[in-house]
Amino acid sequence: MNRFVWPLIAVAGLLVFLVMGLRHGDPRALPSPFIGEPAPVFELPTLMNPEVNIGTNTFAGDYALVNVWATWCVMCRAEHPFLLELAARKAIPIYGINWRDSRLEAMRWLDELGDPYLASAYDEDGRVGIDWGVYGAPETFLVDPEGTVIYKHLGPLDPVIWQREFVARMSGGGQAK
Amino acid sequence: MIPEIGQFALILALSLAICQTVLPLVGAQRGDTAMMGVARTAATGQFLFVAVAFGCLTYAFVTDDFSVLYVANHSQLSLPNLYKVSAVWGAHEGSLLLWIFLLAGWTVAVARFSSGLPDAFAARVIGVLGFLSIGFLLFALLTSNPFDRLVPAAVDGGDLNPLLQDPGLAFHPPLLYIGYVGFSVAFAFAIAAMISGDLDQRWAKWTRPWTTVAWLFLTLGIALGSWWAYYELGWGGWWFWDAVENASFMPWLIGTALIHSLAVTEKRGLFKSWTLLLAITAFSLSLLGTFLVRSGIIVSVHAFATDPTRGFFILSFLAIVVLGALVLYAWRAPSLDSDAGFSPLSRETFLLLNNVLLVVATTVVLIGTLSPLVVEMATGDKISIGPPWFNVAFLVPMIPLVILLGMGMHTAWRTQNAGSWARLLRIPAIIAILLGVVIPLLVYGRVSILLVVGCAAAVWIVVSSLIQPVRSLLREKGTAGITRSALGMCVAHLGMGLFVLGATVVSAFGVESDQALQPGQSIEVAGYDFRMVGLSNVQGPNFSAIEAEIEISNDGEFVATIRPQKRQYLVQKSPMTEAGIRAGLDKDLFVALGDQLGNNTWSVRVQYKPLIRFIWLGALIMALGGLIAISDRRYRVNVRKKAVIETGEAEATA
Repeated sequence: MNRFVWPLIAVAGLLVFLVMGLRHGDPRALPSPFIGEPAPVFELPTLMNPEVNIGTNTFAGDYALVNVWATWCVMCRAEHPFLLELAARKAIPIYGINWRDSRLEAMRWLDELGDPYLASAYDEDGRVGIDWGVYGAPETFLVDPEGTVIYKHLGPLDPVIWQREFVARMSGGGQAK
Repeated sequence: MIPEIGQFALILALSLAICQTVLPLVGAQRGDTAMMGVARTAATGQFLFVAVAFGCLTYAFVTDDFSVLYVANHSQLSLPNLYKVSAVWGAHEGSLLLWIFLLAGWTVAVARFSSGLPDAFAARVIGVLGFLSIGFLLFALLTSNPFDRLVPAAVDGGDLNPLLQDPGLAFHPPLLYIGYVGFSVAFAFAIAAMISGDLDQRWAKWTRPWTTVAWLFLTLGIALGSWWAYYELGWGGWWFWDAVENASFMPWLIGTALIHSLAVTEKRGLFKSWTLLLAITAFSLSLLGTFLVRSGIIVSVHAFATDPTRGFFILSFLAIVVLGALVLYAWRAPSLDSDAGFSPLSRETFLLLNNVLLVVATTVVLIGTLSPLVVEMATGDKISIGPPWFNVAFLVPMIPLVILLGMGMHTAWRTQNAGSWARLLRIPAIIAILLGVVIPLLVYGRVSILLVVGCAAAVWIVVSSLIQPVRSLLREKGTAGITRSALGMCVAHLGMGLFVLGATVVSAFGVESDQALQPGQSIEVAGYDFRMVGLSNVQGPNFSAIEAEIEISNDGEFVATIRPQKRQYLVQKSPMTEAGIRAGLDKDLFVALGDQLGNNTWSVRVQYKPLIRFIWLGALIMALGGLIAISDRRYRVNVRKKAVIETGEAEATA
């Protein structure tokens, strides 16, 4: 074999290694959507009552929407009416993660605009946001009854996205109206 | 409407890129001039459409079109206009479009200035560049479309990452990318030469200026990035061995090796297959850098938002391009090397050593960058290989490199008479060792072995770079007896010497001190008094900030007032540190606000950084050296002469 083949072999080896590295994907290391993985476990005080905790178990057993929001997020305000509408027609249980926000402002916001959430977790320092790979608010996760994240949407929700991306992913669409 | 025009323009650019690839390559193979003739037109057309797309995205940013998802995510109404423009390349999709735009720009430049090249060769070069354009255009259109709509449109955007809201970072990516992408030209020349199986010394001459231009932009881009990290990240360091920094540094090291090896190939017709391999490697490392940054495979402060499909796409493209090139290389390279010899004491030997050491240095960086990934795959642990490892490992090839550099510059091609060589180098060597001890001892009051080695090496390079220009200045007043090419080399090496001096002194004598400070108090660092006069609130266009006023004095004598800020960006809520810096050629005095410790009390990081400006000044001078070198007459004169001969031949055969 001639020596000019060695670079080819070396690079082929490197590429195999990189493919393995890419496959290896660990959600903590890769802030990529970890769709198909169990929802990251968390335990946080609720927004309304710091004494009460809310966590991953809270929404087990049914499809649930986990919406990451904050009062400083303009696009959250834009999607808020649609969340209220979903809540009003009981389309799906909605939980909030109030992200890197101030408790008082967040409570005032829900007071003024209405509260679509069964409960909101209060993630003051954004730790849980990091576990969930939150890139920016608003972000909405669809979690199935087994607690697996089956979809993640970046940016505000609207009826079109809801129908196309969320309803379509829930088996027995009957639950979702 | 405008975003759709942009998207459509990208699709048209893709179709033209396909024409630009297929027709010239097939035409060159068949000797069909009509098909080869398509190359230049298609390249120009592709460039125009990419420019339209780029313009459309810029327009969407400037007019706050938040119905475009990418704009909504990375801009905001109150963002200053400069940053609305630079936000175009502030994240993955847009920076990819910038990459495509610059690639098309380089292609047009090659098409425009390649009239001196044989038709088939030029057609192949443009064809190969077209193939690269196809890959990146597909990447953009399939996985990273910057024109995706957001329905309904957002009321306001999510703002640009505050780290990027800085003039330094507005210009850093374009400069860096011009360099990165520029290596595609050397790559295309290498592939074209291998396809035709015809690689002579003219090939090296054609490739050299393109490589030098790419290299000089990469140098500027890296230097600007380092400068930005220094004042914006608030840590006061200038190089962090971060995976993404390394991704830009590896092509730079190989590009530097390529420049030197091209010199040997051009002058002596040696190292041909080696030069080809370096040309392939330099661009492959640019692609690898793109992959590392955009796949999320490595955790880094710079990493773009990640998406596995993007990682797989870019990796597949990388595999096709690099493996294809290397298969061609394994097939063609064996027939290229000539047996012309050179004696052990000759410039060839030194340039060979230069190449070996630069490749070793690149390997060190590559291993350091990828090893956290190896460890994680093997054990599941996340480790980071920090600066200590890099600093030591990197010095191993670098110290001999800078010492050999001074010798190699004054060694003749083929063979050098040892006696006259030793006589010439004796004086710079003595000066270097003397100043190597004197600078640290007298100016800064301390010596150590590494310090003396660093300072002596720096002086050694500076003095040996100056010999030739100074001599030619003295011999004949007014007219320089030195070619631009040689002068460029001397200037670039001078820059390297200044860089080594700055890096050595700042790492040995820099002082960093974290302390608590409140108004009225003062602290002393490195002989300077830093007194906090007061704190105030400041309002920026899209941030609010706390600003400290700090007065610096030296033995009761006033030196400067600086105003470091702690900014809170309103939309992204992230705190940012704006360091206060009193910059000087001999030293920087640097204060950054840390955290608020209590009422009115702040932790501050105070730094004294002697000669740190030499680091960037050195890089700037290196780039200037590149600029001088490409202005050498022979590149232009010969191209024109060549063109005349070609047309003459064509007429003769017609």
